[in-house]
Amino acid sequence: MSKLNNILTKFKNMPVDGMTKTLFVAITLCLVCSMVVSFAAVNLKEVQEVNKAIDKQKNILQVAGLYYEGIDVEKSFSSFEPIVVDLNQGKFTNRFDPLTFDDKKAAQDPQLSISLKEDPASIGRRTNFATVYLLKKEDGSLDKVILPIHGYGLWSTLYGFIALEKNGNDIFGLQFYQHAETPGLGAEVDNPKWKAQWKGKKINNDNGELMITVAKTQKYKDHHIDALAGATLTSNGVDNLVKFWMGEAGFKKFLTNLQNGAA
Amino acid sequence: MSQTRKQLLTDPLVDNNPITLQVLGICSALAVTSSLNVAFVMSLAVIAVCGFSSLFISFLRHYIPNSIRIIVQMVIIASLVILVDQIIKAYAYEISKTLSVFVGLIITNCIVMGRAEAFAMKNKPFESFVDGVGNGLGYSLLLMSVGVVRELFGSGSLFGIMIFEPVSNGGWYVPNGLLLLPPSAFFIIGFIIWGVRTWKKSQVEAREYKIQTLEEH
Repeated sequence: MSKLNNILTKFKNMPVDGMTKTLFVAITLCLVCSMVVSFAAVNLKEVQEVNKAIDKQKNILQVAGLYYEGIDVEKSFSSFEPIVVDLNQGKFTNRFDPLTFDDKKAAQDPQLSISLKEDPASIGRRTNFATVYLLKKEDGSLDKVILPIHGYGLWSTLYGFIALEKNGNDIFGLQFYQHAETPGLGAEVDNPKWKAQWKGKKINNDNGELMITVAKTQKYKDHHIDALAGATLTSNGVDNLVKFWMGEAGFKKFLTNLQNGAA
Repeated sequence: MSQTRKQLLTDPLVDNNPITLQVLGICSALAVTSSLNVAFVMSLAVIAVCGFSSLFISFLRHYIPNSIRIIVQMVIIASLVILVDQIIKAYAYEISKTLSVFVGLIITNCIVMGRAEAFAMKNKPFESFVDGVGNGLGYSLLLMSVGVVRELFGSGSLFGIMIFEPVSNGGWYVPNGLLLLPPSAFFIIGFIIWGVRTWKKSQVEAREYKIQTLEEH
């Protein structure tokens, strides 16, 4: 006991600026701080996840034009039917529960995704299974299809949804729910005026060729979205990702099947 | 509260405001003042971080080795900022999305570091806490003033409540788009500093040199 006391007194009398005490302070402080931080992170995680889920539902409502201030998000969201789609087959699949299936996780899983050789949207791997949301009319017929899309802009991956009319070719709306583009420039993808342009545009022309383009100059009236001023790279990113997800490697097969009733 | 403690709290509001006099913490003042809701949450975050970091650093001031004191201060400040960030993400998700990286950047806010190094390392815990809160309030006061101008004239509203009906909603007010962009905060802060220094002459800095006239030469 006295030995321990000896060591303690010795330690106490050491200069604050000495090597031992410096190391002691540094290590203790780091331990205490890391415990505080991880305690907060672990305990608040659940609330944060709920917030994220509600935010995602809110964005789906917004892209379908159903959102207004003060709406009960969870209740209104029940008019949507989430279904997992097998992108390679272009068909619905019941392999996964759509309520718990995580597209982003699946894109990291080699079993559930493919590595892209041609990768215009710079996403690296594409999931084989994606959760889509079907909005049904009161009589049970299909009203709109909401598809998840993502791709790289200038600084960040933009995650969003595109809402299509039941013919699978007319765009109803487009909305990103997560990105970190430059505020005031690239972040103008959130600008309601810019987003309003998407409504009524057609993805493919009458021959079924992919035509939708985000560009500075207008070539085809029905397929043209004005690029954002001062945000060329973000605009290119949006152009690439919409083309990718609406193309063969994306949802094209599924949308065709949906039209033919083969999905 | 004694006279000196009261002074610690009120001095940084106008007489020794961290933004107008010391011109610190400008970066976040530009970024988060386009709407008052966001500016308000940012203000609360800075007040909390500034107050508590000063408090904890002051508690530890006799044990902090001189050679690693800046790192120790940073670790304490950073932990508090992460804590605040997590809380905002859990209870004010919408606002946390607009604030994005700026809550994290409180770590590098010179006001917090400045108070830790200049005050908390040499003073008692309670005084340091009051000083930190006071400086946080000084920052908030300016943030809110800039926010009022930017939101009122930039979007015609205050705290999201419509004051001037903008033309796009069928009203009469044409919003000034410049005020929603970060550079406008530079102008507004500049005007505020000008105003404060005209009112309180003692804040005007002495000239470092004088341009000679030809006759003097």
